[in-house]
Amino acid sequence: MTLEEQDRLLLMKALDGELSHQEEEEFRLLLQESKEFQEEWKSLRKLKEVTSLMRFSNPPTEIWEKYWTNVYYRLERGVAWILISLGAIVLLTYGGFKAVESILADTTLALAVKIALLGIMTGFAILIVSVIREKWITGKIDKYKEVLR
Amino acid sequence: MDDRERQEEAELLLRCKRGDKMAFGVLVQKYMRRAYFTAVGLVGSHHDALDLSQEAFVRAYCAIGRFELSQKFFTWYYQILRNLCMNHLRDKSRHAIPFSLLEVEESSIAEARGEASPSGVVEREDLGEKLWEGLWKLETDEREIIVARDFLHLSYRELAELLNCPIGTVMSRLYYARKKLARELRDVLA
Repeated sequence: MTLEEQDRLLLMKALDGELSHQEEEEFRLLLQESKEFQEEWKSLRKLKEVTSLMRFSNPPTEIWEKYWTNVYYRLERGVAWILISLGAIVLLTYGGFKAVESILADTTLALAVKIALLGIMTGFAILIVSVIREKWITGKIDKYKEVLR
Repeated sequence: MDDRERQEEAELLLRCKRGDKMAFGVLVQKYMRRAYFTAVGLVGSHHDALDLSQEAFVRAYCAIGRFELSQKFFTWYYQILRNLCMNHLRDKSRHAIPFSLLEVEESSIAEARGEASPSGVVEREDLGEKLWEGLWKLETDEREIIVARDFLHLSYRELAELLNCPIGTVMSRLYYARKKLARELRDVLA
């Protein structure tokens, strides 16, 4: 059972009380003439009757009273995480630099071990730069980057 | 929303852009109910809806610098909330029907009590359970449009703005979603 696009829209408008005077007349005629339309109207009107009897349960009042406070705390915690992250980045960079310095200065370490350690550290540095660059580029073209990631 | 309301909201948003959290608080309090119930319709759980709607406000505040004042705040916020809810649903490993968060309208309970049949209230509560189950058998975007129209009572124009599509498409999507729901509930509606 398929109705024409125009008839479907008329059906929705009738269900939602959005018919203009002219459309009311069209709707009345269609209802008289088309059995298909009558059946659809009957079924969807029943559904509308059921949905109009229902509503979402309201949560306790305290939820609304504390809602903004909770959002505010989350905003504050966000700032704290940014500060912690920045501090950690500085400390890790400094620690990495010192580690490389001491490895190179250590005469007891075999050359192969020094090369392997330097390789791992350089690899990590490239990975970090790559991730930051990707985020930077995505940020320029994606409006909702903070949501999708 | 009338011109005065729109002007007030634009002023609040301007203050938010300057970092005024209290101005943002006014917006949160204005839209928190609509945000929460939108999320309920999408994820079906009180705790998740509360968490996701609050998280969406936090993300909206963090991204407020990119908000254009020509937009409506809730339309913009809705995209953030919707994406968060969709990601949440995608990440959930199980897809069981959540516990019903629908209840019978008080006016309808009073009407049922006034009727001769004492089982009227129970029948309507049972109807609520069935409707909730039916909603959860729909695709998320089908449930979304029915919830927005029939439970949040948004107009076609508001729906078109939120879903970023023409009004004709809104009605067409609503038709198919309602038809599918009616099919799911055919035993109840018969």
